[in-house]
Amino acid sequence: MNTHNAALQRLSSRIVEARNSKTALEIRGGGTKSFYGNPPRGEPLHLTGLSGITSYEPTELVVTACGGTPLTEVEAALAERGQCLPFEPPHFGASGTVGGMVASGLAGPGRAGAGPVRDYVLGATLLNGMGEALTFGGQVMKNVAGYDVSRVLAGSMGILGVICEVSLKVMPVLPACRTLQFDFTEEAALARLNGWICEGLPITASSWHRDVLHVRLGAAAATVERTRRRMGGQEVEPVEAARWWSDVRDHRQEFFAFTGMDFASGECLWRLAVPDTAAPIALSGERFIEWGGAQRWYRTADTAARIRALACAAGGHATLVRGADKSAGAFTLPAEASMQIHRRLKQSLDPSRIFNPGRLYPDL
Amino acid sequence: MQVVSALTQILPKNCVLYRAEDTHAYECDALTAYRQLPLAVAVPEAEWQVAKILEACHGLNVPIVARGAGTGLSGGALPNAQGVTLSLAKFNKILDVDPRARTATVQCGVRNAAISEAAAPHGLYYAPDPSSQIACTIGGNVAENSGGVHCLKYGLTLHNVLRVRGFTADGQPVEFGSEAPDAAGLDLLPLVVGSEGMLAVLMEVTVKLRPRPAVARCIMASFATVETAGAAVAAVIAGGIIPAGLELMDKRMTAAAESYVHAGYDLEAAAILLCECDGAPEEVDEDIARAIGVLTASGATRVEISRDEQQRLKFWSGRKNAFPASGRMSPDYLCMDSTIPRKRLAEMLRAIEAMEGKYGLRCVNVFHAGDGNLHPLILFDANDPDEFRRCEQFGAAILEASIEVGGTITGEHGVGVEKLNSMCVQFSAAERAQMMAIKSAFDPAGLLNPGKVIPTLQRCAEYGRMHVHRGAMRFPELPRF
Repeated sequence: MNTHNAALQRLSSRIVEARNSKTALEIRGGGTKSFYGNPPRGEPLHLTGLSGITSYEPTELVVTACGGTPLTEVEAALAERGQCLPFEPPHFGASGTVGGMVASGLAGPGRAGAGPVRDYVLGATLLNGMGEALTFGGQVMKNVAGYDVSRVLAGSMGILGVICEVSLKVMPVLPACRTLQFDFTEEAALARLNGWICEGLPITASSWHRDVLHVRLGAAAATVERTRRRMGGQEVEPVEAARWWSDVRDHRQEFFAFTGMDFASGECLWRLAVPDTAAPIALSGERFIEWGGAQRWYRTADTAARIRALACAAGGHATLVRGADKSAGAFTLPAEASMQIHRRLKQSLDPSRIFNPGRLYPDL
Repeated sequence: MQVVSALTQILPKNCVLYRAEDTHAYECDALTAYRQLPLAVAVPEAEWQVAKILEACHGLNVPIVARGAGTGLSGGALPNAQGVTLSLAKFNKILDVDPRARTATVQCGVRNAAISEAAAPHGLYYAPDPSSQIACTIGGNVAENSGGVHCLKYGLTLHNVLRVRGFTADGQPVEFGSEAPDAAGLDLLPLVVGSEGMLAVLMEVTVKLRPRPAVARCIMASFATVETAGAAVAAVIAGGIIPAGLELMDKRMTAAAESYVHAGYDLEAAAILLCECDGAPEEVDEDIARAIGVLTASGATRVEISRDEQQRLKFWSGRKNAFPASGRMSPDYLCMDSTIPRKRLAEMLRAIEAMEGKYGLRCVNVFHAGDGNLHPLILFDANDPDEFRRCEQFGAAILEASIEVGGTITGEHGVGVEKLNSMCVQFSAAERAQMMAIKSAFDPAGLLNPGKVIPTLQRCAEYGRMHVHRGAMRFPELPRF
């Protein structure tokens, strides 16, 4: 962090200034995820000066990078040593940063097998709303000293502080990987996926759309081969498969493309997070299902209230990801007891509410 | 006592203990060097009683210390002299095992091992396996974010818990996490898991179950120096292998374990490594072959692979019995629990060796080498006050050396009361103040397990001063937590 002290100092002064003048700050990395969450507001606080990998120890399975480091830079460094971020964070453009990856908490297809972003956060240095640089967690796998503040930053939408540096657990790239394709209805696809995962088959990603199910296997070569024979289906050629999954990850599939006309018709992109065993959900419009059934995208003009009620009934929640009108709130509100904790937690880290106000919830 | 009469209005008489002879059993957890009688012990049987107890104690401003099986190693469940110890041992029902969803929902007092037993008929198990797993409860595991020997591959408690439900300090129902891949709002689960009972009282936990691996095989490798063993660990990881378990024992630990269980350990080796791979049969074959190649190239002097399940368990028997084996070498031992970057292992072990001379006590070492979690066992005699004092100082010195090499003061046992002083070294005043503010966000009145984990400014200031005059602590009889 030493080489970045000047940048850190500048950010800290800017925060103190904003606090004194009650100015809202919009924390900005590469600006690739500004569509996500409620509309950003406030003066931009750029992290461009806080960039670079501070340490990478392949044998420790840990990489530490500044918040403003381009995600592509980190991924390239890992790939050189045969390692990766197995949750496959979406890029949504070339300039996405590590800080933005953590703050958005968004994970790609690999999350199905690898777990969420937060499971890979080992430690972080953040600037709180008083401009204090605080470090929580560390650079080791097992660490229970004090509260695990660094992991709460995953998916916090920047409302708790500026992520200045983060240490991430990394994993070796799996030795073999193959993608299979099947023709299944939604119901059949969900049932098959539940069964396969139960059996412990090495499924690292899945997608279902318009009666086509894609399943990616990853493990030792012999295991992948045996599983492929056992599952049947049709193998997708590797280059095409890689493109498929990266297109799913970055919403480049046709399903995710919205035109001005789509928005004008009231159609929105919703993300439902539900238990993967949830039955098909009766929303109108097209759907795209990932993570073995646990992440379900809908293009629908149904009302927010209806979508949220159905998601809740299925044991999950719904997020309005893309749409012309986000007045219904991008994110589902938690129960009141939890919301009270949210408010006080925000208050404890950012008492003047200068960081990304409203980005997660209107009153945070 | 006002609180006792409030408790007896909520609970049957036999569920409220307040006479010293009744509360004695609760005076400590597995860190027996610290003892304190609580004001009272409440042993509720129903959730509504827990809510009422919390509400009543909140009204009377009485601290609450939640307690599971009392197997914690850092004094997290040490009673509060002015507080109520809330024993949750009666909440021991497995509510649901859902094989299709691969989840189990259990009450907080269910034992860790009981979850895997209940899941076994479905070919599933609960992965985190702290060494106390036959006795410790899932509620305690969540409070401590417990680990075990398989963390590198399967994660800590946090990575295997989906949802917890319980009460806030004032008795309001609250839930964190979800059976969906994420919950709405901030992810508060990582704060609650590992919070050592300071943020909420948990009643129910939904855990992730995993399909039991078809095969597990273990390699036992000997090394002539600790350095080469440490380098071999790094080489295994660099080779792209994530073993299910990767454990290192030093020579003295090996000797102690061997004489205790006769596991067939190499007594000539300076260090032995246990490297276990699990999964599908071909996968295990592939990994074992690669691991042997790497270990041999790293200078292993002897390599043995478990032929069958019986031999695999035999390899592990010594490691799993490291603590009782140490118990035979000495009347008492203090188990430390720091994590360090793996590459600093040899250096750390040399530093510990030097400390043995300085503090005049012996220390044996076991190491979760895969994830860098070191368990030095300092041998001492608790009946000798001077030995105990030196032992505590020895322990604190190990923790500080761990921080210096880029590690942390606790990997899986928690801070409790034991490592309060070391928290002053690892975290700045601003960081500690932030943690305290986070506690207040969950528990504004500060009644849940107060005095644990986060040291006060004053305590740190005192500890800082004591540091200057190391070894000459004034007023050692004063309570300092």
